[in-house]
Amino acid sequence: MLLIDCPFCGTRPETEFRCGGEAHIARPADPSALDDGAWAEHLFVRSNPRGLHAERWVHAHGCGRWFNAVRDTFTDRFVETYKAGEQPSHPIDDARA
Amino acid sequence: MAQPFRLPSGGRVDRATPIRFTFDGRTIEGFAGDTVASALLANGVHLVGRSFKYHRPRGILTHGSDEPSALLQVDRGPGKIDPNNRATVVEARNGLATTSLNRWPSLGFDVGAVNDLLSPVFVAGFYYKTFMWPRSFWDKVYEPVIRAAAGLGVAPQVPDADAYANRHAHCDVLVVGGGPAGLAAALAAAKTGKRVILADEQPEFGGSLLHETGASIDGQSAEAWRAAAIEELDGYESVTLLPRTTAFGYYNHNHVALTERVTDHRESPAKGAPRERLWQVRAAEVVLATGAHERPLVFADNDRPGVMLAESVRVFINRYGVAPGRRIVFVTSGASAYAAAADAKAAGLEVVMVDLRPERDCASEAADLRLMGVEVLTGQTVIGTKGRKRVAGLVVAPCANGTVGARRVIACDCVGMSGGWTPAVHLFSQSRGKLAYDEGRDAFLPGVSAQAERSAGAAAGVYDLASCLATGFAAGAEAAGATETRAFAASPTRIGFTPVRDLPTDADPAKVRAFVDFQNDVTAKDLKLAMREGFESIEHVKRYTTTGMATDQGKTSNMNALGIVSKALNRPLPAIGTTTFRPPYTPVTFGALVGPARDALFDPIRATPIHEWAAEHGAAFENVALWRRAWYFAKPGEDMHAAVVRECRAVREGVGLFDASTLGKIEVVGPDAAEFMNRMYVNPWTKLGVGRCRYGLMLKEDGYILDDGVVARMAEDRFHVTTTTGGAPRVMNHMEDYLQTEWPDLDVFLTSTTEQWAVIAVQGPKARDVIAPLVSGIDLSNEAFPHMSVREGAICGAPCRLFRVSFTGDLGYEINVPADYGRAVWEAVFAAGEPYGITPYGTETMHVLRAEKGYIIVGQETDGTVTPDDVGLAGMIAKAKKDFVGKRSLARPDVVASGRKQLVGLATETASLVLDEGAQIVADPNQPIPMKMLGHVTSSYFSANCGRSIALALVADGRALMGRTLHVTTPTGFAPATVCDPVFFDAEGGRIHA
Repeated sequence: MLLIDCPFCGTRPETEFRCGGEAHIARPADPSALDDGAWAEHLFVRSNPRGLHAERWVHAHGCGRWFNAVRDTFTDRFVETYKAGEQPSHPIDDARA
Repeated sequence: MAQPFRLPSGGRVDRATPIRFTFDGRTIEGFAGDTVASALLANGVHLVGRSFKYHRPRGILTHGSDEPSALLQVDRGPGKIDPNNRATVVEARNGLATTSLNRWPSLGFDVGAVNDLLSPVFVAGFYYKTFMWPRSFWDKVYEPVIRAAAGLGVAPQVPDADAYANRHAHCDVLVVGGGPAGLAAALAAAKTGKRVILADEQPEFGGSLLHETGASIDGQSAEAWRAAAIEELDGYESVTLLPRTTAFGYYNHNHVALTERVTDHRESPAKGAPRERLWQVRAAEVVLATGAHERPLVFADNDRPGVMLAESVRVFINRYGVAPGRRIVFVTSGASAYAAAADAKAAGLEVVMVDLRPERDCASEAADLRLMGVEVLTGQTVIGTKGRKRVAGLVVAPCANGTVGARRVIACDCVGMSGGWTPAVHLFSQSRGKLAYDEGRDAFLPGVSAQAERSAGAAAGVYDLASCLATGFAAGAEAAGATETRAFAASPTRIGFTPVRDLPTDADPAKVRAFVDFQNDVTAKDLKLAMREGFESIEHVKRYTTTGMATDQGKTSNMNALGIVSKALNRPLPAIGTTTFRPPYTPVTFGALVGPARDALFDPIRATPIHEWAAEHGAAFENVALWRRAWYFAKPGEDMHAAVVRECRAVREGVGLFDASTLGKIEVVGPDAAEFMNRMYVNPWTKLGVGRCRYGLMLKEDGYILDDGVVARMAEDRFHVTTTTGGAPRVMNHMEDYLQTEWPDLDVFLTSTTEQWAVIAVQGPKARDVIAPLVSGIDLSNEAFPHMSVREGAICGAPCRLFRVSFTGDLGYEINVPADYGRAVWEAVFAAGEPYGITPYGTETMHVLRAEKGYIIVGQETDGTVTPDDVGLAGMIAKAKKDFVGKRSLARPDVVASGRKQLVGLATETASLVLDEGAQIVADPNQPIPMKMLGHVTSSYFSANCGRSIALALVADGRALMGRTLHVTTPTGFAPATVCDPVFFDAEGGRIHA
């Protein structure tokens, strides 16, 4: 069981949290302006890197707040957590790049 | 004479407290402090089991948790039977009944022993080679026989009568292992004032000090030092001592799981005390002082009862005061066995020492032992053993440069063998630390740590007592953030060994049965065969030969197996690597893992305020998510079908009463509430008037239906949202996610109110008449309070939100009152309804009535791949809205394509036939297999109101197939059914507005 540092509550065990997938994928302001390919990309395509990955997490059994985390998908280590709207201090790996 | 092999003095057993238990029905006497193994040996019992595959006689190999052979069924009373217990760790006490395993009809005469004669058949991988053909034999012959032969112990037949506890704990330093290194580590850490937990699997702390009776530390006896250390540790309030506690799993972020055996050793445990306690410790720093395991030697018939590890012989003599034999031959490739031989000699036993090393490599220890009058043979190899159910002799021969000389048989009744030592790096490896092979010590040692831990003592390959203490102390200090070190003065330890793999022999190699893995009956020959057949990866060899598997996980066998593989492949040992160490370190009971989560505590149960009333009125309940919902209310003599038919008629003809409290409820409040609702639901909300309701449909971003429910506008800035029973948390999370992460600018608050409201549905033509006398402050007339509206007022004096809504298609109300009023209002409505024959109904009737109207249930008509149009609800979508969650996806090519499954009704040709939900639908039942599936039945019931069965189905292009006959699978073949409109009852819809 991992320990996760909620930016609002502090360090808590993993079982209090839920992961919401990759972070920093903004919902397009006008989805209707996207063609099918671009919309499919937004909906379904994720970076899935081996390495540092920015993720959305929610402290579901705690404060209920969503925040972001950088986790190493290889070591399963949480490198940092930060509030929604902020940027990570670690460069994240992007398998698509 | 009782306990004929008990030494006249010595040992830590309490000779003033005799105990008795049974082994295969025979009474065994021992003393408090004995293990089952030491008591058996005290009574001269060496034959304690039959091996897994060949049913060979097996005895006691070790003195601890690495025991592969002496597995017993332990019966501590009704419901307290445990299979596969290691006799070497079960503490002997009055009242235990132990039995040997894997033998029939008796341990002495075992029919299965014929397998040993057939051993050429049971080579490595024989399962895969033997049970290939004929195919038809698998179900009838092979599988039943294999199942009967598989395993060792017998699974208990009744529920576990014991209780188990779980505990979470935090500490600064967790020390695993309470031997000299662990004690020193705990002392160093405790001195800093940090919170320390010291855990050891044994009943007493001390590890090797418990049998190093001649050792001294800092000028005092090892025992005096041990006692002082424990007394000091016990004096710290910040130190928790956990004896009988095995750390079995090392997980992420220093999360270590341990089991504490609380009461197994007690004859009459305190009432309510758990049998075991699972500790989940989160430690800032960990010290692993887990010791080392001795290696057996690999020679022919090395599994004979009476052949055990040299150090174990020493432990039985020194710690338990038991002679494992009167005439003991030690055979070794290292120095530590000389200490065992010396102690055996000092205990008055006949001793012969056979050293595999040449004289020049063991001259010093050999000379010491010879001084005691012990014959020491050097430069030897072992050819085999004599005896069957108990060793009677060891066959040895001089061996130099691979040449085996003349054989000599040394008569004996016990053999103590030592092939060197293997550090117990299991937990280190579980922590994902990297192992490094050390050639000098022929062992994989802890290398680079992956977590905040360090190893000390024998676990780190340090075998000398003074160094164990020093490395332990330094590790404990470091873990506590200190830099203190300490030197210890200790008596010297005999260390060092020459690694040997399988021993040279002059016997026919085809006939040599030299066991590497005692528990799985894997011989050196099996390993070599596996390599000849091309299995070279150690992980493949493990699985093909089963070496290192089962309850002992190869603690005694792994290094010997690796060495043999390395030799056979002519590759250095580090290139072979080790198999992965996985939790648990030793077997863990299911009870400990389950803890108190049994029976009523297995899963939380949610019950509504009306639950007790329903139970008192004969309701059967069904599980819906965590809720218990009233399913139907059978009257005496009624079965479920009869009850549901009666309930369905009662609602349509008079009035029914239904507990809808489980519906999810979310209060959406704020200046931007309507805008938020517009974005979350397909429907338009801006123009919904205060006091009006609308059926809301919610999609995921991929365009598929997530949930539905009636939404009421209580005020311009306040919506009362309802969700499905099972979907409430999902919807709440979905809304919160978008509100927090996509639209934090919206001024909206979400509050789950599911538990705050009790919801009483009054449905049927007489519903208004029933509630009218109870309601105040609300005009119930059709004109003032039409279908799909909401009013606030009071019922029976309790504040209420009264909804005029219907999930039945008939006139109906849903009375929302604060949960605490729920039962009182329910009873008042029930009493007021009695003149009208009011009928409580359950979820089954609710399902039938809604299906009669073609109303969908999310999760039944939908499965996460269904769009609004698929279920005929495209009309709900607000055309004018530029965007809402899921809107863009409704224009995706595969969502607008033809051929999608659409919701239709099905009318079976045989009116009484109720189709199976999930049944597949085809156009032509005579087409070749595989048939083209058109869809499946989603809901199916017998409808008393329609006088026939009804079904809803998702069928490809179903709306274009109205009137067509399709064919539906049933257990007895295909049944024809006609596609029809999904509304079976009151298609005009007039009743709901009555």
